[in-house]
Amino acid sequence: MLFDHIKLAFRNLKHRGIRSWLTMLGIFIGIAAVVSLITLGNALQGAITGQFDTLDPDKLIISNAETGFGPPGSTAIEKLNDHDLELIENVNGVDLAVQRLIRTVTLEYNKAAVFGYATNIPENDKHISLIYDALNVKTQSGRLLTKDDRKKVVLGHNYADSNNDFGKAVTVGKKIKIQGEEFEVIGILEQASSFITNQIIILPDEDIRRILGINKEIDIIVVQVDNLDNIETIANNLEQSLRRDRSLKVGEEDFSVETPQQGLQTVNNILAAISAVIVGIASISLLVGGIGIANTMYTSVLERTREIGVMKAVGARNKDILSIFLFESALLGLAGGIIGALIGLTLAFAVSFTVSTVFPTLNFNVNLSIPLLSLAILFSLVIGTVSGVLPALQASKLRPVEALRA
Amino acid sequence: MTPSLIDLNNVKKYYYMGDSIVKAVDGVSIKIEKGDFVAIMGPSGSGKSTLMNLVGSLDLASEGKIFLNKINIENLEESDLAQVRGKQIGFIFQSFNLIPNLTAMENIMLPMMFQGLDEFNREEKALELLKIVGLSDRADHYPNQLSGGQQQRVAIARALANDPQIILADEPTGNLDTKTGELVMKFLEDLNKKGKTIIMVTHDPLRAQKHARTIYWIKDGKVEKLTRKVKGTWKIIKSFSGD
Repeated sequence: MLFDHIKLAFRNLKHRGIRSWLTMLGIFIGIAAVVSLITLGNALQGAITGQFDTLDPDKLIISNAETGFGPPGSTAIEKLNDHDLELIENVNGVDLAVQRLIRTVTLEYNKAAVFGYATNIPENDKHISLIYDALNVKTQSGRLLTKDDRKKVVLGHNYADSNNDFGKAVTVGKKIKIQGEEFEVIGILEQASSFITNQIIILPDEDIRRILGINKEIDIIVVQVDNLDNIETIANNLEQSLRRDRSLKVGEEDFSVETPQQGLQTVNNILAAISAVIVGIASISLLVGGIGIANTMYTSVLERTREIGVMKAVGARNKDILSIFLFESALLGLAGGIIGALIGLTLAFAVSFTVSTVFPTLNFNVNLSIPLLSLAILFSLVIGTVSGVLPALQASKLRPVEALRA
Repeated sequence: MTPSLIDLNNVKKYYYMGDSIVKAVDGVSIKIEKGDFVAIMGPSGSGKSTLMNLVGSLDLASEGKIFLNKINIENLEESDLAQVRGKQIGFIFQSFNLIPNLTAMENIMLPMMFQGLDEFNREEKALELLKIVGLSDRADHYPNQLSGGQQQRVAIARALANDPQIILADEPTGNLDTKTGELVMKFLEDLNKKGKTIIMVTHDPLRAQKHARTIYWIKDGKVEKLTRKVKGTWKIIKSFSGD
């Protein structure tokens, strides 16, 4: 019997053709918006948080402030140096402090020159392992640098791609010119989620300082803390010691101490806010879609009053009519949901394809989320059913004689 | 004496329009026996259609009692009433009232669906009925692809779907030309011969007298007279005029 009702409802919708499609349009725009925006939002979140993969939660980063606050001329900030490193090593709770350089260098290979990010590895095994840990890198071929390597380089995954800017893949054993000096490639890294890691150039500390003419300057200091629970306190202590050492007041710092989670959290908060707005907009369009269904169902009740009368005359009970009309609106919602979900997904994939083409280094990957899809379709089904309840009730309660007179 | 198939006892149906009361049916008592061919005759506005709606339980009386097979339909729940209606009464309407988005075959299957018959049996029965009304080759046609006469024959087949005892026909030939009208009447006569009780509402005395055996003449919501065909001639059984 129920199956018969569904079949009958389906026939009715089919019969109304374009009107059913227009009604569904309202629903599937909403669902398509929800599905595509949430899917893209997730991809965006993945792409952004992927960039933070190089940071571990138990490490603090101390860096030079990029701009000073104050009148022009006073912005010449004091860069971090050996002295600061020593100071930081002695702060309570600091397990290890490692200096790092992050600089732009020119690379020459296959008669092409490109710029890349170079970083150093220090000359202490413990420090080296901290850096590798922080960068979260593994080699795809060859090996990583050790403290005794000189004039050797490890390259990020992008350089091993034949579509790179050199027009030719770099492989282990090849020679490459960095800032005019020749280096031997001894390792290529695995593909990483961070695009910075994928185009990184890892050099021995001594070499990078020589080719760039850097003396005691340090770009960032990575601090490993002995107890993760105290990371905020240790960060405060570090800030305080550096301030005292440089005789600066609170707010005048020419350096910054950052816990990796701070950055990540801020980004996540922003993303969550964006998601909320998106979901809000999509909900409005879903509401409008639901009203559209209710409207169509009401019209259809009015139009088919006589038909309802006939069905009652041939033995349809109120609950039969109710169920036929409810199935009609539920089917509208369900079909709208499925079509909407498919359109939304297609849209999301199209956008992700475009983004990946335009920014190939960004890991902007759209994932097919079955829970999201099922939820969207289920939601649409519920909206359809709920919007159909009142018209269906009205239809079922018509008295046969009155319905037939219509 | 065996109880009548349909028994109306002082049935009234009033409509309230503002301050005035329209007495559409005003105290009708009639008994319809099993196997009879009854015509309810009267000019338009006489209340004959209202009376038929009451007999067919499409409407409820304001006053009085209606017994269908000894059951007081007033006491039935909505869903039971619908089931009784679907099982015991077959309706034929002046304007055919087929469902436009269902084929001839599906229209015939509809009453069986509401009785919970499974699809296989519904199809079998519908095909059989289409054959009876001579429309086997039109099974998959939609109502708008059929002529008026064909639509009314589909409607007759639909009325027969649940093998009801009673066929209620409301001006069944009203929208048909004379020739097709006769064909439809022929079907009703055949059904009557096979034991169905036919109740036909009409305003055409010639047609009523040609096919029916019992005629209730209705005027102003009341039965004016009851005539019956006895051995080929019409006799007035009861006359209420002048009461």
